[in-house]
Order: sequence, then structure tokens, then C-alpha cells
Amino acid sequence: MSSAAFLVIAILTLAGALAAATLPKLIHAALCLVVTFFGIAALYFFLGAEFVGLVQVFVYVGAVAVLIVFTILLTRRESETTGPFNWGGVVIAVAVFCGLTWAILHTSALPQAAPQIEALTVKRIGEVLMTDYVWPLQCVGLLLTAALLGALVLVMEEKRR
Amino acid sequence: MIEFLDQIFVHTKGKLLSPLANAPDWVGHAASSLLNISAMLGVFMALFALMSVLERKILARIQNRYGPNRVGPFGLFQPVADGIKLLIKEDIVPFRADKVVHFLAPIMVAAPTILALGVIPYGRNMTPFAIDGGILFFFAVGSATELAVFMAGWGSNNKFSMLGAMRAIAQMVSYELPLLITVLPVVMVVGSLSPDAIVAAQSGYWFVVTPWGAAAFLLFFVSGLVESNRTPFDVPEGESEIVAGHMTEYSGFKYATFFLAEYFGMFAVSGLAVTLFLGGWQAPIDALQFIPSYFWFFAKLGALLFVFIWIRGTLPRMRVDHVMNFAWKFMLPMAFTCVLAAAIWHYQARGLAGWLWSLGIVLAAYLGLSRVLDTRKNLSARTYRFAE
Repeated sequence: MSSAAFLVIAILTLAGALAAATLPKLIHAALCLVVTFFGIAALYFFLGAEFVGLVQVFVYVGAVAVLIVFTILLTRRESETTGPFNWGGVVIAVAVFCGLTWAILHTSALPQAAPQIEALTVKRIGEVLMTDYVWPLQCVGLLLTAALLGALVLVMEEKRR
Repeated sequence: MIEFLDQIFVHTKGKLLSPLANAPDWVGHAASSLLNISAMLGVFMALFALMSVLERKILARIQNRYGPNRVGPFGLFQPVADGIKLLIKEDIVPFRADKVVHFLAPIMVAAPTILALGVIPYGRNMTPFAIDGGILFFFAVGSATELAVFMAGWGSNNKFSMLGAMRAIAQMVSYELPLLITVLPVVMVVGSLSPDAIVAAQSGYWFVVTPWGAAAFLLFFVSGLVESNRTPFDVPEGESEIVAGHMTEYSGFKYATFFLAEYFGMFAVSGLAVTLFLGGWQAPIDALQFIPSYFWFFAKLGALLFVFIWIRGTLPRMRVDHVMNFAWKFMLPMAFTCVLAAAIWHYQARGLAGWLWSLGIVLAAYLGLSRVLDTRKNLSARTYRFAE
């Protein structure tokens, strides 16, 4: 039962990714990428990482995908003309895939420590974020605020001209 | 007897599932889920039909006319007639439209709202899908709506559709922030993201009676109005400006699906507001506990839906830039103030002192913001220079 579900999810995810890489129209590619994001979220759910799965949908579908779509819309110049197929990209992708596979295959398996891991609840994640990882969290917050202010400054300059 | 009436639907579900007791685990799970989904869809489809006719009746009452009164008693069967009409209407797809995206958009708009309805507790032990991060799930699926609206706008290959979709995404992205941040104080105070835990925590008093809760409830409700694209925030489909926004090129049942999504979105947001601030299925006072829990939930939901209609009948549409300014300059700072006020209320042992402190903070923020945002324009009665 569960392996069948995994197979369906994996095929959907891969199909979405493949379509995103090959479809000629940019908007179609972006929408197919959303399918991939949903597939990855489903895989997280499948692994029991409920919180990560929800955040995946939240951040990637709700924010990143909308951002991509907006970018395509606002910079649309020659969206209808498609260039020749990008073989260089294929070579790089295959190289990265092979490298990752090689690295994973050559990593010595860690000793199984499953029984000690407690069920990870949202509350526990919040506690850890506020105690052990409070400084990384603050740094990320500062970085994001800086990025937000930077974006605002860019927009305001445009207005003044 | 009281206990039995309260749990009647839970018992019925147990009875219906009892023949499957010996079946494998996943069959039971699947049957239980299917039962939950069909019950939920049935109830909300009926509520949708009722709401569509009630809305027209109440709007008519506000505007001094009769409203639909031809089909059935008081025009109550109007939705049936509308449904048949929409079903047998020709489905027009523009020649230059992106066929696949145009077809998928209504489905993608409706699906997230139905999913979002699944995590709301409708009564004691009556949450269709009780998951640990229910609140997060609600907003995660809700964030997919923006993309669906964009698909509708882009797939139609129409300027008005595209403009409507751009407006819709801009305002939905902006108001998602205050919507989320007003949920934060409740989550902080309860210490859980599960809707059931939040309702259970309000057994003594509802969060709306605390100053931070009242402020957060109002902000949440306004953001909810925006997220469901209702008047006065219906700029994405402003009929007098851009035909019907992203729905311009849709006809027949696809158009009806957009309407269904709008109403389901309203139900979902109101349902979450009831869960977070109005005590969910809890009775207002202990003496009224004998009335079943689901009755209280739907009574509160009905009251909120009435306010939705009331506002639609009362307020004119806002201008686009006003909508955006309101989100970033007023709603967002007020939402952060609610978080602060809730924290202080909690650390003052949730007593009277904390109550007063949080009231002071919310009021100070409100007065300060209204002072800062005052544009000092002299608003007076309009004079018509050439008409007098």
C-alpha cells in the first residue's frame, strides 16, 4: 500500500520536474514546477515530517511560485519565441545528479538510531527554535528584514525619477 | 439524552463504519475519510445554496426591494433553478485561450477552500481531519488559491482577466500577512497549532473578550473579507471597472465553480474566526451547555456570514491603492501590536492587570497609528460646481 503511494507520488514529482524543464512556454513550466513542489510536500508527509511538508507548501507554493509567476509576467518581452534546446544545461544537470549519487553511495551508512527519536511535534520545533537555535533564527530574521528594506529602497528610487 | 444528542453524528458514523471492523486498517481509514468528506461537502453545498438565496434576499431588503420571490415559497428554491440554468448553459472557451490552464483554473480555485474546511472543528469530536498543525494546514492550502486565480486570469488571454488576476494576487498576498499574524497571539496563548486544542482552551471564556483578542478578531475578519474578495475589497472583480476580473471569460458551470469557491472561502475563513476567537463549538455560558455543540458552531458561523452580507450591502468598493495602503500601514502594525499585547497579558498571569495593560497597548497603537496616518485632508461635503 505505502510503496504504491510512494511510487505514484515519486512519478508525479518527477513528471512535474521534467515538464518544468522541457515545456516551451515559461508559464506552463512554472505551473509544472508547482506540481513538483506539491509532490515534494507529499513525500515529506509520507516520511512523517508533517510540519516540514506544510511549510514546503506554504513557502514554495504560496510564495516562491507566486514570485516566479510575477517575475515572468513583469519581465515578459520575448516569451513566445523559444531558443534552441539548452544542451549545456542538460550536461550540467546530469553531472550534478551523478555527483550527488556518487556521494550518497559512498557515504558510510550511519548506525540506526530510530528508537531514541521522539515524535517531533510542532510545539517541540518551536521550543528548540526559541532556545538552542535562537541566534541562527535571529540572523535569518535580520537578513530577511535587510532584503525587504533593500527591495523597498529599489522601488522608491524608481518612483522619484 | 443531552450527551446523545451532542454526539449523534459521531455515533452514526461509528454505526456506519462498524461492518468494516474486521477489514484491513487502510480500508477503515479510507471509509472514515470518505464519510467525513461526503458529510462535509453535503452540509456546505446545502449551506452554499441557502446562503446564495439568503444573500440576495438580505441585500434586497437593505436596498428596499423584494429580491428573488418567484421559485418556491419566498423564492427559497431559487438556487435549484439557478443550478439547472448554469448546468445547461453553453460552455464558452475563447479561441486564443490556453485551453488546459483555462479548464484547470476553476477546479484549482475550489479545491483549496474545500481542503481548508476539513480542519475546522464543527462540534465536540467532530473535526473531519484532526491534524497536529491544523492551523498551518489551513493557511498552506489557502496560499494555493492565489496561483489558481492567476491561472484563471492568464489562461483566459484577456486584458480584463489579467488585470483582475494581478489585482487579486497583489491584495491577497498583502493581506495574508495580517491574517497570519493575527492568528499568532491565539497560537502563542494556547501553545498549540491544533484547532481542537484552541477550542478546548476557550472553555472558560472566549478569546474575543480580551482586548488583544477583540482587536485580533476584527483584523482577522477584515483580512478574511479581503481573502474572499468580498465587498468592500472586491477590486479584483470590480464590475464597473474590469468587467468581472479573472472570471470574465468563464461561463456556465465554470463560473458557478468560481462562485462556489468564493462562498466556500467565506465559510472557511468565518469558521476559522469562530474557532480562534469565538470559542468554536463552546456554548457562551455553562447554563446553555444542553444545546448541542454543533448548533453553537453553526449559529456563530451564521452570525458571521450575516455580517459579511451586511457589509456588502452597506459599504462601497475601496480604491486599489487605498486597499494596499491600508494593509501595509495599518493592518500590519496593528497585528504586531496584538502579538505584543497577548504576550503581556500572558505574563501578567492572565488577570485583570494584564487585561488592562493589553487594552492600553492596543489603544495606544490604534490612536498613534491614526495620528500618524492622518493625511490632514479636509473632508467636507462635495460641491457640484456646474450643477447648481
